[in-house]
Amino acid sequence: MTDSLGVVTPFSVAFEKPLTLERGGTLPRYELMVETYGTLNADKSNAVLVCHALSGDHHAAGFHTDQDDKPGWWDHYIGPNKPIDTNRFFVVSLNNLGGCSGSTGPLTDNPETGAPYGPDFPEVTVSDWVESQARLADHLGIDRFAAIVGGSLGGMQAMQWAITYPERIGACVMIAAAPRLTAQNIAFNEVARQAIMRDPNFFDGHYAAHDVIPASGVGLARMVGHITYLSDIAMGEKFGRQTPRSDRDAEGANFAVEQYLRYQGQQFSHRFDANSYILMTRALDYFDPTDNERIPLAEVLRQTQCRFLVLSFTTDWRFSPARSEEIVNALIHAERPVSYTRLESTHGHDAFLIADPTYESIFKAFMDRVSDDVGATDER
Amino acid sequence: MSVDTGRIPEWIPQGARVLDLGCGEGHLLAELQTTRAIQGLGLELDPEKIATCLRRGLNVVQQDLNQGLSNFKANQFDTIIMTQTLQAIRRPDTLLDDMLRVGREAIVTFPNFAHVKNRIQLGIFGHMPVNPQLPNPWYDTPNIHLSTFDDFEALCDQLKIQILNRDTSNLSGQRSWLGTVWPNLFGEVAVYRLTKEH
Repeated sequence: MTDSLGVVTPFSVAFEKPLTLERGGTLPRYELMVETYGTLNADKSNAVLVCHALSGDHHAAGFHTDQDDKPGWWDHYIGPNKPIDTNRFFVVSLNNLGGCSGSTGPLTDNPETGAPYGPDFPEVTVSDWVESQARLADHLGIDRFAAIVGGSLGGMQAMQWAITYPERIGACVMIAAAPRLTAQNIAFNEVARQAIMRDPNFFDGHYAAHDVIPASGVGLARMVGHITYLSDIAMGEKFGRQTPRSDRDAEGANFAVEQYLRYQGQQFSHRFDANSYILMTRALDYFDPTDNERIPLAEVLRQTQCRFLVLSFTTDWRFSPARSEEIVNALIHAERPVSYTRLESTHGHDAFLIADPTYESIFKAFMDRVSDDVGATDER
Repeated sequence: MSVDTGRIPEWIPQGARVLDLGCGEGHLLAELQTTRAIQGLGLELDPEKIATCLRRGLNVVQQDLNQGLSNFKANQFDTIIMTQTLQAIRRPDTLLDDMLRVGREAIVTFPNFAHVKNRIQLGIFGHMPVNPQLPNPWYDTPNIHLSTFDDFEALCDQLKIQILNRDTSNLSGQRSWLGTVWPNLFGEVAVYRLTKEH
């Protein structure tokens, strides 16, 4: 997997038609920050939508400059000859509404007040994201995606697409996802939100007016999150009980793992907006296609028309294999075409981002078939 | 251990819903998809074999057959196929029962341990048989529940399973005259088509 897309350039798409949101409120206009890779074929049948997870963005693959040393978040799996093969597919990746990487979100000016939305940005849901993504597809001239692919919260968007727009999706790939969050999962998100809200610099979300950011709260939220994305084994292998590294700030840290978490938290707190983080975790909490078990999942999925690939990872305890198997069994009951593998990994939930030969081989086998089915040929 | 599919396709109606337990690389499902236009699903444990199935455009779910089929509904399939796997299952009796709950019919093939070659190796030379169909030594073999035509039919009787067809073949899927006349002695592979009154 050495092939890279090279330098990619994001662009913004503006939508002037108001978007009515599921939980109330309307966005009079909005912009989405987008990257695309590969070439849309003549009959526009080779498009793949990549949906990002909690803290992801539109930059899924390639580099932003020649000097960039860090590629997009899913570079292992998107690019020439990779599972999402950009020689065959036209890949669309975007920063979701409410995000903080260029799409309309809490950092954007509210057209009604002229000041940033901040905490007043309306709550968005997975269904709202799907709606905004469908409008993006319209804008790009894509009637139907060959596949919609996502990991974690991204997998939930892929599932919602299959439910909401069955005729606009050929294949749905859900990796390390869950049909909805458990109480434990919501609890982790709540601890993260509380960490942010209790930061004295949060000012009920109006921190911008005070010219500060709740860096300590966001950092703490990320530390909690990070622990749940890793496995006991992965942390043991990476840090064990080692003492802190001497080349980085280790003040007051007794162990390398403390230093690492603080560093991750600190980096994240300057990269990610606090109001966005709260918004994203709420969207994750709200997602429930069964409408609180009013409709069985199998019943909800019966209306889908696409093929499904579901993948989970053995040491993922945030979205465990059992959660993926709930989706698989619901699809089996709904008599929908589904394939599933529980991949061996020591990397916990983060495994969906990490290079692994078996994961790659299964993912690529499925995607190759998808591209054959839509007649997407190697464009080189 | 792969065995030619032999007569199995003849027993699958056009457009049938078929579940293949231990589908391997999906040879049989792929053949049935082409010749019988089935709606197929395979269960397989090995990720590499699953990848091969996906490349063929088949649907495969990774599932351990020893956990049973409780995630499937009753009568969800027209036919459930299990080739050369029964002998490696922890409880063949409960799985057979489960298969005929989930499927209207079942097709099962397994190595006939009473085949003359095995009898000679065990009965005359006093060794557990090792041959192309049972290639593993006794201490390291997946084949933990070997049986014979006669044993299997006794179990079917006990489980009130009705035998619709009994067939026998050698490893390349061909029928032998002797095997047809005297399967328990000359049939290498036992092939059964089963059903149960629901």
